[in-house]
Amino acid sequence: MKEQLSKVRELAYEALEAVRSSQELDLVRVKYLGKKGELTALLKQMGKLTAEERPIVGQLANEIRSQIEQMISQRLKALRAADLEERLSKEKIDVTLPGVRHKIGSKHPLTIVLEEVEEIFLGLGFSIAEGPEVELDYYNFEALNIPKNHPARDTQDTFYISETTLLRTQTSPVQIRVMETQTPPIRIIAPGRVYRSDAVDATHSPLFHQIEGLVIDKGITMGHLKGCLEAFAKRLYGDETKIRLRPHHFPFTEPSCEIDVSCFRCKGAGCGMCKGEGWIEILGGGMVHPKVLKTGGIDPEIYSGFAFGVGLERLTMFRFNIDDLRLFFENDIRFLSQF
Amino acid sequence: MKVSKKWLNDFYQIKVSDKNFADAMTLSGSKVESLKCEGDEIKNVVVGKIIEISKHEDADRLLVCTVDVGAAETLNIVTGAQNLSLGDFVPLALDGAVLANGTEIEKGEIRGVASAGMLCSLAELGLTLNDFPYAIEDGIFILGEDCVREPGLPIQSAIGLDDLTIEFEITSNRPDCLSIVGLAREAAATFNEKLPMKVRKELNTTNSLTDRLDVEIHDSSLCYRYIGAIVENVKIAPSPRWMRERLRACGVRPINNIVDITNYVMLELGQPMHAFDIRYLKGNKVNVRRAKHDEKIVTLEGEERNLTPDMLVIADAEKPVAIAGVMGGEYSGVMDDTTTVVFESACFNGASVRATAKELGMRTESSARFEKGLDPHGCLNSMSCALELVEKLKIGKVVEPVVDCIAFLPKERQLDFDWKWINDFIGIDLEKDKQAVILENLSFKVKGNTVSVPTFRNDVEHKADLSEEIARFYGYENIDNVALSGIAEGMLSEKQSFEKLINTSLLAMGYSEVQSYSFISDKAYDKMNLANDSHYRNSVRLLNPLSEDIAVMRTTPLPSMLEILAANYNKRNTEAGLFELATVYIPRKNEELPLEKQKITIGAYGEDYDFFKLKGSIEELLEIAGIENIKFEPDADLSHFHSGRCARVKKDELSLGVLGEVHPTVCENFAISARVLCAELDFELIFANKNLRRSYKPLPKYPAIERDLALICDFDTPVGHISDLISDAAGEFLENLELFDVYEGSQIKEGKKSVAFSLRLRSHERTLNDRDADLAMEKIVSHLKNSEIYLRD
Repeated sequence: MKEQLSKVRELAYEALEAVRSSQELDLVRVKYLGKKGELTALLKQMGKLTAEERPIVGQLANEIRSQIEQMISQRLKALRAADLEERLSKEKIDVTLPGVRHKIGSKHPLTIVLEEVEEIFLGLGFSIAEGPEVELDYYNFEALNIPKNHPARDTQDTFYISETTLLRTQTSPVQIRVMETQTPPIRIIAPGRVYRSDAVDATHSPLFHQIEGLVIDKGITMGHLKGCLEAFAKRLYGDETKIRLRPHHFPFTEPSCEIDVSCFRCKGAGCGMCKGEGWIEILGGGMVHPKVLKTGGIDPEIYSGFAFGVGLERLTMFRFNIDDLRLFFENDIRFLSQF
Repeated sequence: MKVSKKWLNDFYQIKVSDKNFADAMTLSGSKVESLKCEGDEIKNVVVGKIIEISKHEDADRLLVCTVDVGAAETLNIVTGAQNLSLGDFVPLALDGAVLANGTEIEKGEIRGVASAGMLCSLAELGLTLNDFPYAIEDGIFILGEDCVREPGLPIQSAIGLDDLTIEFEITSNRPDCLSIVGLAREAAATFNEKLPMKVRKELNTTNSLTDRLDVEIHDSSLCYRYIGAIVENVKIAPSPRWMRERLRACGVRPINNIVDITNYVMLELGQPMHAFDIRYLKGNKVNVRRAKHDEKIVTLEGEERNLTPDMLVIADAEKPVAIAGVMGGEYSGVMDDTTTVVFESACFNGASVRATAKELGMRTESSARFEKGLDPHGCLNSMSCALELVEKLKIGKVVEPVVDCIAFLPKERQLDFDWKWINDFIGIDLEKDKQAVILENLSFKVKGNTVSVPTFRNDVEHKADLSEEIARFYGYENIDNVALSGIAEGMLSEKQSFEKLINTSLLAMGYSEVQSYSFISDKAYDKMNLANDSHYRNSVRLLNPLSEDIAVMRTTPLPSMLEILAANYNKRNTEAGLFELATVYIPRKNEELPLEKQKITIGAYGEDYDFFKLKGSIEELLEIAGIENIKFEPDADLSHFHSGRCARVKKDELSLGVLGEVHPTVCENFAISARVLCAELDFELIFANKNLRRSYKPLPKYPAIERDLALICDFDTPVGHISDLISDAAGEFLENLELFDVYEGSQIKEGKKSVAFSLRLRSHERTLNDRDADLAMEKIVSHLKNSEIYLRD
């Protein structure tokens, strides 16, 4: 009997070694362990054994059964692994084929840089003010200390709508509108379109964008102007950026200045971008002229303020190495999709 | 303003390197635009002395010169020039020399004779006859007695082509700096020094009439002062080299001694001057008056100008001889045979000069100075300077007294010296006496708590202006940076955030953002097929457009979008999907300014785009905006859209905008031969109706039942109408209704179509059974029957 049991185990093992699929494996299981299987058939003959032999043979039979079962499960695992392996190898794809992409639109480059600037100033506690593009001469010039026949009007060739209305030549009129409607402390930027009668070429456009800034409070000094704009420049161009103020003239600020940043390409050493100077002019600004504060309804003996203006196209051209202003308004999709 | 360094040094000796000087001036407010060494492009050209001339053996027209260049050995030079004599001093380009135009010179052999270099003409040194009137144009430049004739000397120093030209950017508030002396004053102050006053001879003056000259100012609001001085026994000739040289370095062309003096004074002192030939002043009369109607003048450059009574002229007894402060007349100026001149040093109203120059389209060095407002006090000093030069150059006899007609002389402005306020305003702490030194360096007078402003500083009228002077010379770079303090809330307004949401959403849907011009051509409305009485045509119009293409402010953003699509189409971009949050400008009755509204514009062409793609985008956009119950109603009345493929987007009775396929004629007008989709939505209305609040609805606990519904109806029945009917009749359980097929063709009777929907029914209170679903479906079917929509067999 013992030999027979061992024989069954041996045969089962052999059969299991030979199976090549899970179906074959099932057949082997039935053949040896099934109700009508060989092991069961042997056990049915247990009755013929002596009472002493019976438990020993019985134990042996159980051992053999569990050994075969273990072997089956091992084989099953191996077969499955092999099956899976085969499937994977059949399913191999060429991963260098192009991906299926979802189309996403591109932000206009001017918007990208504008949003960057807006975020910096929002972070510094500024809000965003707006004003009309078709504007009164009063707000665009008179209230900004630029009376009729003032030479400063020459540098801003103006599109007129009528004697008293025009397309704003700068975002500065928003300063006055804000002064008229808000009480200090005031901390705003005002981005928007401005218009000048310049024929189109690589560096001129009859329409472009400025970002105006205005801060009015008690005790505002030129030191605040410098501190604020340095913070702006560092966030826009990196921590190592320096700013340089040069005296200049704007009718509505006094003192006035132009503000250069250290060249972000050569770090001030001098290169083609900064024309060897190490500095790039990006801003104009100054202390709001007390006359202008007064015109805006704010008492210059109590409050002081600073204002500044940035050209968005200029910032954007530097940011993306764009050399022709016309590209912004041609909107060629091959241009837009680069951003 | 271009300035000769040599000239500037006469007034203020520059003690630092050119670069350091330029940087310091830039930081104190006189921005140096460029530094240019005259003659620095010329290399290795020296003075040579001709000591022997012989004929070339093989060429009749060539000469061989032996030239002394100050070295032990002489050089042999072959030349074709015919104007050489023994003993002449000439410019000699040595082997390896570079001429003004960049030409390189090498030694060589000419017809078998070695030549060590080349003799040069004026032009080869970059000069003209204006610089050396005694030279000839087509020959070698023979150095005159006014040159340093020393063999071997670099040519630049021999002929005074070695000055440094410093170009300053002068802001419009500083006409006093459009002069050497003004910039010298700034330079001195920059290095913390005070420019000494130059004392000139006091002129003997009378206030209007002499027996030789009668000056009358007729309009004292336009002319503040007029000084006229007669110089007789004049001999017109070129001015001396030093004067020509300085004019050239400052970018002014030398003409003759009298004209050069007027320009010299203007450059040195900033006071424009003029010189008349007294023969052409009828009645020896100078009338400073407004032009009469229909008066004309031929100006110096030979053009006839029509004058108006707004313009101030200088007239003799009969006619205008100059446009005051702008330009002289052709027939009254200095001629070669002039023997008696009248110098003019006057002060005219700046605004008037500016308006006149602008009107006539002739901006001159003179008008550019007058229009910024000059100081009437400066006229006399300038005349004195001019007459000194006459004497120095020995070119005539000054007749005294000179006529000095004064209509208005400003007093020195007195300002409070509020030095503490200045410290607070700038954010510095500079003692009173140190502030005073800065002001005094600039010729302000400080007495106690009062500052007298020099009359040539008309721009300084407020303590803030004084603060700028202090800040400039204290140094902007020395002001401490201070961070803004105090609590401020920086945030976007609700509308600004919503703009960003719209932008981001459209970007995510695949549309790219564009930026278009706000102005368009009138013709754009024609191209859009708009009727002649279309309200769109009522636009804000520019008085002075650059061109007809950008002459009116748009009332609809569609032409801009179509232009951009057309540009892309013409560049052979196969497809484009674009959007813009564009402003339109709607004129308003009884309002000076138009209404500026924002429109969401979408435009597209190409394979990926059709009406339903665009409609889907708008549905999604409105869903993001939280606007529900949107209807798309066909609109066949818009002439710029395809009459069968255009819809109005409505929320209840409110029209939020239109979308559709652009009319084929319009596409043709814009030169696009593809189907174009466009939408124009009212941003403001969408913003007003938006609902960005979301509240959580519990997820369903009970399963849903799906049912399909295949229907037959008339071909013309809009599917939107059928789904409305289904939704109306379905009852509370209808969770979702989806169209999945529309069919017409052989299986269906002609004039009919089949429409199939799938419905999802669900209750939030219990599991629905078939009976519930059957009941709902029965209700729907019977409701549809009333509209002649039947179940498909």
